[in-house]
Amino acid sequence: MAKVTVDGIEVEVPNGASVLQACELAGAEIPRFCYHERLSVAGNCRMCLVEVEKAPKPVASCAYPVMDGMKVFTDTPMVRNARRGVMEFLLINHPLDCPICDQGGECDLQDQAMAYGKDSSRFQEQKRVVKDKNIGPLIKTVMTRCIQCTRCIRFATEVAGVPELGATGRGESMEVGTYVEKALSSELSGNLIDICPVGALTSRPYAFVSRPWELTKTDSIDVLDATGTPIRIDTRGGEVLRILPRQDEAINEEWMGDRGRFSFDGLKRRRLDRPWVRRNGKLAPATWAEAFSEIAARFRGRLGAVVGDTVDAEAVFALKSLMGTLGSANLDCRQAGEAITGTHRAHHLFNTGIAGIEAADRLLIIGSNPRLEAPVINARIRKATLAGLKVAYVGPATDLTYGATNVTLETDFLAGAERPMVILGRAALARPDGAGLLARAWEMATPTPEWNGFNLLHAFGGQVAALELGFVPGPGGLDLAAMMGGGVDALWLLGADGFDPARIGENTFVVYQGHHGDAAAARADVILPGAAYTEKDGTWLNTEGRMQRAYTAVLPPGEAREDWKILRAASAALGKPLPFDTLEQLRAQHPLFAGIVPDTALVAPPAGALSDLPFAAADKNYWQVDPITRASPTMAACAQAAQTPAMAAE
Amino acid sequence: MNLDRLARSFLLVEIVSGMASTFREMFRPKATINYPYEKAPISPRFKGEHALRRYPNGEERCIACKLCEAICPAQAITIEAEPREDGSRRTTRYDIDMTKCIYCGLCEEACPVDAIVEGPNLEFATETREELMYDKDRLLANGDRWEPILAKRLELDAPYR
Repeated sequence: MAKVTVDGIEVEVPNGASVLQACELAGAEIPRFCYHERLSVAGNCRMCLVEVEKAPKPVASCAYPVMDGMKVFTDTPMVRNARRGVMEFLLINHPLDCPICDQGGECDLQDQAMAYGKDSSRFQEQKRVVKDKNIGPLIKTVMTRCIQCTRCIRFATEVAGVPELGATGRGESMEVGTYVEKALSSELSGNLIDICPVGALTSRPYAFVSRPWELTKTDSIDVLDATGTPIRIDTRGGEVLRILPRQDEAINEEWMGDRGRFSFDGLKRRRLDRPWVRRNGKLAPATWAEAFSEIAARFRGRLGAVVGDTVDAEAVFALKSLMGTLGSANLDCRQAGEAITGTHRAHHLFNTGIAGIEAADRLLIIGSNPRLEAPVINARIRKATLAGLKVAYVGPATDLTYGATNVTLETDFLAGAERPMVILGRAALARPDGAGLLARAWEMATPTPEWNGFNLLHAFGGQVAALELGFVPGPGGLDLAAMMGGGVDALWLLGADGFDPARIGENTFVVYQGHHGDAAAARADVILPGAAYTEKDGTWLNTEGRMQRAYTAVLPPGEAREDWKILRAASAALGKPLPFDTLEQLRAQHPLFAGIVPDTALVAPPAGALSDLPFAAADKNYWQVDPITRASPTMAACAQAAQTPAMAAE
Repeated sequence: MNLDRLARSFLLVEIVSGMASTFREMFRPKATINYPYEKAPISPRFKGEHALRRYPNGEERCIACKLCEAICPAQAITIEAEPREDGSRRTTRYDIDMTKCIYCGLCEEACPVDAIVEGPNLEFATETREELMYDKDRLLANGDRWEPILAKRLELDAPYR
């Protein structure tokens, strides 16, 4: 540890820390452009200059290691002068186009020019002009605004693991680009927008849409993958305008996958905004009362219920309670028939935790492509590999953005590992030998009370909550496969779009409750319009089983309502009113909502046979996976660009 | 004292002096004007009806930076924007609720491109409220109509900015 005095405040920082970190610790704010906590130090913007005692010149604090007894001054005339000089240089080639720049109002350069900028420029010569690059349908570039901090280059190389961005030329003619025009092939590319300190990289779908001061900000959770990235939904006038990640060291650090960030335009399309009832074979618009009376009349006989992948825990619990009062145990949330029973928490959780990846020393990935299923978790794995984690995967060859060997299930890859870790993809459990794979993965992870290295990586934000609430067949209950083909007389689908609705028996009465008119809604006899994740207060559990709350950002469209309210109303129509009228009363009914969960007992799953079936192709469509993303034009553009990486300009 | 007052009231001194004043004014130039046929001069800084200006080549000036919307103390301005076909930043909607507007001129001050200005026109009374909800077309039409005067006013005021 080194003792450093910053502006008279003495702080103790680890040896090798930078002066900037010491200043942060002492509460002195240092302006910076190129420095970023999670990226390597470049030291090229020179904005973080501070004065160090006995140093003849100001030093760049981000790249200057501390020494014991060092005295740092962050607010002397010398420092202010130096920073003013740097700011003047930065502004020489920066266009004065703040009024048409989307970063305006949340721009680091703008903010710091307020503190260190001059009122007018002394620069009379020609300003630099740089041709804009086309790097895909998500990121809009205005390269003339670039101040060459190289954060984007370092992000792409270090965090995203796609070294596609680089700089050509030097000095004033340095340009950031992809060398050959192509769309970035990263699932984390949206983060470039966040880390760019100026308006050189901005969001293309958000171009010119709004200003930061107009937006209402609501905390929520991204449910489009199982990472459970905490997000901030920015809305204006009842419309979601953009989604940004919040920071959580244990989950996403500060990154976010592109699917969750950009797919919200799908929330405005193909929405179910009123109830529909099938009359004479055709769906006809109806009122809520008509829909409920239809349900009261026909939701009878052998009943079944299936929940989808992005449903909030409250709605799942309400549906489970409803089916319980109606005396049906035919429940299922495993739409692909995954071999998960939900009896032992440890069998369906990411037991090490996302942050725990960094503690492991060997990682085996089975039947999963974390790059496509949870890009933020993949970035964490990549970070761990840079620190020494060894990774291997079972399945078809793929590029995970870090060095990983392709092995088979028989390979003894984890032997000798101190903290072995296995990530099993949820999709692998849908194979005929899913139970066997689960048992094999568990056995390879050799869980102990100190270190349970078995991890199941789910695909969506609602899957864990459904399992934790036990939305699986009760005693004597039918599973999804048995409910198909006339196995039940009436079926309640709560956002369940993950299976082919043609499998449902011809005479089965189907109630579809959800937010998008996808295939399952087309098969339904009664459609109840529900709320998407941005439109309701809800609880979601990420793949770690971490409970997270999301809040209402906008109201559901038209006559759509929050899902638990629909179920509560339906229960009254069916003559078995559920015992809660508010969200608080609902949450009081189950300990999960208070964060109380049973202990994670280490019981090995029952052994099963393994087949030599090949694992499914790894290069799946990352962009279009559920009704929201399928309805999103941005995601469609991304999917198209992904097929033709050397895409021509729009 | 009493006699003096009595004499004044009997001799109608006030009326005579008042009439004299009237008679004197009859030969002086008139201070009143024959509105609406005549109008008083107004300052180049007069803040009247709004207008959206164009560049001489016909391109609208407004770039949808939303600074006027942000500064408007009465929140009378509503702007929506999106990239135009050529990729430039333009408004798709520029509404001013003239019933909310307090004619403070801050929008004009905030505008980096002199697009929104308050012109010299003060005669835009209407019979209904709805007519005072100005949209972009109306504002641009105002700009086209008043452009020579608006340009002149800005030029006159420029030395003091």
